[in-house]
Amino acid sequence: MKNLLILGAGTSGTMMANHLRSKLKKDEWNISIVDQYKTHYYQPGFLFLPFDIYTEDQVKKDGKKFIPNGVNYIQKKIEQIFPDENKVKLEDETLSYDLLIIATGCKIAPQETEGMKGKNWHKNVFDFYTYEGSLALRNKLREFKGGKMIVHFTEMPIKCPVAPLEFVFLADDYFTKKGIRDKVDLTYVTPLGGAFTKPKATAALGHLLSEKNIKVVTDFAIEKVDNETNQIVDYGGQIVDFDLLVTVPTNMGDDLIKRSGMGDDLNFVPTDHHTLQSLGHKNVFVIGDATNVPASKAGSVAHFASETLTDNILLYLDGKPLKQEFDGHANCFIETGKNKALLIDFNYTQEPVEGTFPIPGIGPLKLLKESIFNHWGKLAFRWIYWNMLLKGIPIPLVSRNMSKKGKKIE
Amino acid sequence: MEAVLAGNKVNLTEDGYLVDFSQWTKEIGTELAKEEGIEMTDRHWEVIKWIQEQVKADNALSVRGIKKSGVLDIKEFYALFPGGPLKISTKIAGVPKPKSCI
Repeated sequence: MKNLLILGAGTSGTMMANHLRSKLKKDEWNISIVDQYKTHYYQPGFLFLPFDIYTEDQVKKDGKKFIPNGVNYIQKKIEQIFPDENKVKLEDETLSYDLLIIATGCKIAPQETEGMKGKNWHKNVFDFYTYEGSLALRNKLREFKGGKMIVHFTEMPIKCPVAPLEFVFLADDYFTKKGIRDKVDLTYVTPLGGAFTKPKATAALGHLLSEKNIKVVTDFAIEKVDNETNQIVDYGGQIVDFDLLVTVPTNMGDDLIKRSGMGDDLNFVPTDHHTLQSLGHKNVFVIGDATNVPASKAGSVAHFASETLTDNILLYLDGKPLKQEFDGHANCFIETGKNKALLIDFNYTQEPVEGTFPIPGIGPLKLLKESIFNHWGKLAFRWIYWNMLLKGIPIPLVSRNMSKKGKKIE
Repeated sequence: MEAVLAGNKVNLTEDGYLVDFSQWTKEIGTELAKEEGIEMTDRHWEVIKWIQEQVKADNALSVRGIKKSGVLDIKEFYALFPGGPLKISTKIAGVPKPKSCI
C-alpha cells in the first residue's frame, strides 16, 4: 500500500480528500488527512458575523462530517515535515508518505506589528479574520454608540483581499440601519495607492466610497498601534485617530512551514504557478492559501485549483508530464451594503471587468456591477460551500479556467 | 499604451508601470525616476536591484519586508523614495505595482 498524506483539513485539504478518494484505488492507496482542530469554519461568514447577519452556528460545523469514508482523519498537531525523507512528524508519531499535499493555509500575525496585539486587542482593536475576533467584534458593535472607526489592512498578501472593503461597506449599512450613521466617522486605511487598485474597478466603483461618506487614507505603511493615544502611526509619519480599529494584520503561512524550512519570508511555500507542484520536491504539492502563487487567497481559487491539482496528481502517479493549467482563476462576490453585491471573475493576467456570468450575454449575475441578485448569490454560496464545494462537486457552468466569454475586454 | 522612454518603445499600464519587465533597462529606470522627481544614486540602484530580485523570487513586497531585508532601513527607504516608497520604487524597477484584486 502507498500513502498519500494531506496536511490541513480546511477548505483545500477537505476538497482534495474528496476528489482523490474517489479517484485512487482503495487497495493501492491509503489517504490520511491531518488537522489538530475539530471545527471547520466557513470563513467567508466571518464578514457577516460582526453585523449580526449570520449567527455562530451558521459559520462552523464538525470537520469530520466532510471527510469522506475511506480517508483516515488524524486529529493531531503536526510538528515538522522532513521532505527529503518523505516523513511528517506528528505530536506522538511519525508518518511516511509517497505523496504529500500541503494545505495548511494562512493566518493572521498581529504580533508582526508593534502594539497591534497589545493591551487593547479585542477591546478596541479587533481582527475579523478569526472566529474569536469576529465574535468579539460583534459584541463590541452591538454596544458601539459612535466615534471614529477605522477599517485597515496591514500589507498584501491577505486572505480575501476585498474583505476589508466589504467590511467598511457593511459597517456603513449597519450604522445607517441602527440610526447612528451620523455619529460614526468611517475611514478606510490601505497600504496601497488607492481603495481600488485596478483601472477597470477604479473607474466602475471609485464613487462608492465618497457616496457612502467613507474617508480613504492611502499609502499607509503601518509602523505601530499606539494603545495610549488610540492612534495608528505609519512609517512616513501619517497618523490616524480611532475609537475603534478593525484591522487585518499581516497574513502568514503556518509556523509548521517555517519549522520545516520550506517557506519564504512569510512562510508561504514556493509553488509552480500552473502545476501546483512544490518547487522544492517533486512529490510535494501545495494548494490554497499555503502557496506563494500570485493568485488571491480565497476559497474559490482553492476550488478551481483543486480540479487541476487532482488531475496533476493522477498524471504524476502515472509518470506523465503535469498540465500547465492553473490560471489563478478567482470568482468572488463583494458585498457593497444595502443588500447589494458585486461579482468579479478574474485570473493571474485578466483584471476584473464588466460583463455577464456565468452565461455569456445573459447572466443572470452581473460582473463588476452592484445588484441585488449578486447579493443573493453571495448568501446562497454558504449552502454551496457546505454541500458542493467541500465535497468536490463541480459547480454547474463555472469552469476551472477563467472564460473570457461574456466579459467586456478591450 | 505605448510610450518612448530613453529612446526605447515600451508598453506602459494606465498608471505608468512597465507591462513587461523584459523591456526594462537602467536607462528606462532613470527616466521613470525623473518623472517621480528622483535623481538616481548608487544607493537607489541597490534598492531597485533588491526589489527586482524579490519579485523574481515571487516574494511579496511590503514596507515591513524592507525592515527585514538587511539592505536598508525604512527611514532610508522613505528618504530615497519620498511619498509612497513602495509604489514609486516598483515603478522605477519595472515590476508590477503593489495591488489588490480589484
